[in-house]
Amino acid sequence: MCLGIPGKIAEIYEKDSLKMAKVDFGGIAKEACLAYTPEAEVGQYALIHVGFAISLMDEEEAQETLKLIQEMVDLEDEIPR
Amino acid sequence: MDDLDFEGYTCPVPIRRTDTVILGHGSGGTLSRDLLNRLFLPELGKAAPRALDDSAVVTIDGQRYALTTDSHVVSPLFFPGGDIGRLAICGTVNDLAMVGAQPVALTCGFVLEEGLSFDLLQHVVASMKAAAQEAGIFIAAGDTKVVQKGGADQLFINTSGMGKIPEGVNISGANAKEGDVIIVSGTIGDHGIAVLSAREGLGFETTLESDVAPLNHLIQAMIEAGEIHVLRDPTRGGLATSLVEISEQSNVTIELNEQSLPFKPAVKAACEMLGFDPLYVANEGKLVAFVKESDAHKVLDVMKKAKYGEDAAVVGRVIGTGKSQVRLKTAIGGTRLVDMLPGEMLPRIC
Amino acid sequence: MKYLDEYRDPIKVKTLLREIESAVTKNWVIMEICGGQTHAFLHNGLDAMLPPQIELVHGPGCPVCVTPLEQIDRALAIASHPDVIFTSYGDMLRVPGSSKDLFAVRAQGGDVRIVYSPLEAVQIAEANPDKQVVFFAIGFETTAPANAMAVLQAKNKNIKNFSVLVSHVRVPPAMEAILGSKTNRVQGFLAAGHVCAVMGFHEYPPIAEKYRVPIVVTGFEPIDLLNGLLAAVKQLESGQAVAENQYQRAVKFEGNESAQRTIRSVFQSTDRKWRGIGVIPQSGWGLSPEFQEFDAERRFDVENIFTQESSLCIAGEILQGLKKPPQCPAFGKQCTQQSPLGAPMVSAEGACAAYYRYHREAIYG
Repeated sequence: MCLGIPGKIAEIYEKDSLKMAKVDFGGIAKEACLAYTPEAEVGQYALIHVGFAISLMDEEEAQETLKLIQEMVDLEDEIPR
Repeated sequence: MDDLDFEGYTCPVPIRRTDTVILGHGSGGTLSRDLLNRLFLPELGKAAPRALDDSAVVTIDGQRYALTTDSHVVSPLFFPGGDIGRLAICGTVNDLAMVGAQPVALTCGFVLEEGLSFDLLQHVVASMKAAAQEAGIFIAAGDTKVVQKGGADQLFINTSGMGKIPEGVNISGANAKEGDVIIVSGTIGDHGIAVLSAREGLGFETTLESDVAPLNHLIQAMIEAGEIHVLRDPTRGGLATSLVEISEQSNVTIELNEQSLPFKPAVKAACEMLGFDPLYVANEGKLVAFVKESDAHKVLDVMKKAKYGEDAAVVGRVIGTGKSQVRLKTAIGGTRLVDMLPGEMLPRIC
Repeated sequence: MKYLDEYRDPIKVKTLLREIESAVTKNWVIMEICGGQTHAFLHNGLDAMLPPQIELVHGPGCPVCVTPLEQIDRALAIASHPDVIFTSYGDMLRVPGSSKDLFAVRAQGGDVRIVYSPLEAVQIAEANPDKQVVFFAIGFETTAPANAMAVLQAKNKNIKNFSVLVSHVRVPPAMEAILGSKTNRVQGFLAAGHVCAVMGFHEYPPIAEKYRVPIVVTGFEPIDLLNGLLAAVKQLESGQAVAENQYQRAVKFEGNESAQRTIRSVFQSTDRKWRGIGVIPQSGWGLSPEFQEFDAERRFDVENIFTQESSLCIAGEILQGLKKPPQCPAFGKQCTQQSPLGAPMVSAEGACAAYYRYHREAIYG
């Protein structure tokens, strides 16, 4: 139920009284509705599902997740096998 | 809560076969094959393994000729990087070249919808002329029909082509051998996504262009550089479909390496967004080649120096015979099977 | 692509797999709810890389699969009207109803169009004032805000020729139905990350507590899936049973509150029939009284459609994780991707389709 992909908000404008954005997915750009992420700013990444931003990506949390796993990887390297 | 009854599930009456043509019959997947096998081949042709090659081979007085036909119904007529005219010429030139033939001449049949603008038609024809010149072929014959408004989607083009196969060249989907190295001539999925970007609704902004191009000169250089067993242009149904067909024609097991498949970022992004698998997206200026293992290096080198082969890459090999299967080693180290799609690929929300 | 590629790193994947391997000491049955997660496991070959003690079962998280037969038949009836432009998400077009699918309706002359966003359907209505435009509003909670906005727009712009055929379903009632069943085998859940991006995960702690089952909010990339699985395994091994979040970059506990407000205004809770399972009370959403005028079921008088079912497809057992697709007697024989018996084979996300496409040989050799 969940094909949502992250895209970068490149432009924000209004259309039909809705807050809309041009979202850049890295090579393609498509319009998405920001009605549910009104606080979104240009440059932020949003999770887009069927043309709507349903959540804003949290960069800190993203880094944290990757860092934790990297620590696991590093720990493995240290343990002699 | 009351215990729900999970016994006795029910399902709808199965939709086994349609009795009418649906769009899926044109997508190059199993539905298309079904149509071919049920309706056409029994009446009009023999289902020899070669019947699935891009061109037929006919021998007249000891000389082999390649013969092929194709109809072009792409919409929109003009898309980023090309148009139906260029598509028509290149498509048929490539089909001939894929069996190792040197394309000689094409015929063109036009079905024009009443009301089509002359200006548009002129653009298409000019594009065909340019493509023909680039490929080094001539248009030998043509035909024009006009249908009433609604009888065609602006313009349909049919092209037939003829070419000569030199002595010693034996290229067919049935010729794959164990150990063959599989090479693609460049990035995959460009055409299908470029055309999609121009569609109403599903469209999106991109600088991606169709890769439509004539590949006969590239193939010539490849044949001179090494022993080529199979050539295929992965049009409808994409690379995956071509590989499955070849694995069946030759009865071989193919292993593909996901990490080495070349994609443009725009193609990846569009496929992520729509839920498409880029392996099934059409290409119009790419080929996949099965090359004798010892010649692979040389052939790859020659490709990279040739026009339309700059981004050539090794993407897999034939790892066994006796069983037809295409397996993909995924980027994270897993394995999955690659099969044909039943019909059209549909954008998903799930 | 940022926020995707980093979560596909093969080195981190291998490390996480080893962590899971060293954490398991017993057999565990874990269900992933979302069709997108099923697809991701199988598409990457990840399910076959898991330690043998983990049995991954696939839940009813594919909205295409669980849309009840009646709704499909209603859609087909409406789409067959000469004055109707029927709009839908792409993956619904091949789902078989009692006797055909939307593709067949299109082949017979129906105006059936695929849209990417529900707002396009509203635009089509504005551009075609002499036609009735109907939008097939299916989905889980993830899609509800988008579908709701289409209805809101239609109301705000006073568009009279637009209506929606609603078939929304919710995850928590389905989880409870599965957990509450006598035949339940599921011991832990990977909750659907994008459903939670909208709804948050505040509905899960009571479920985790009541049934003593860990529920881990999980994303869709290989690293996310393994992170979720590892957390679930750790809880199971230590006897914990709480709701936790392993998709922190996209999901917050409270979810997206503005989306939830719009959902509450446009929709109301209803009983919903889940294909192959039956009616789960209060498991879906229908239009709220204020928006009833946009209900296509009423506008087109299709409330009394009767459906005819056959018994070969075991979609229900598959959707609850009681059986795997290869255990279905029809799998790969009467039921294939070309001639599907039920929705799990049709939908690209359905468990059966995923198995059929990616693993058939492993089963049949």
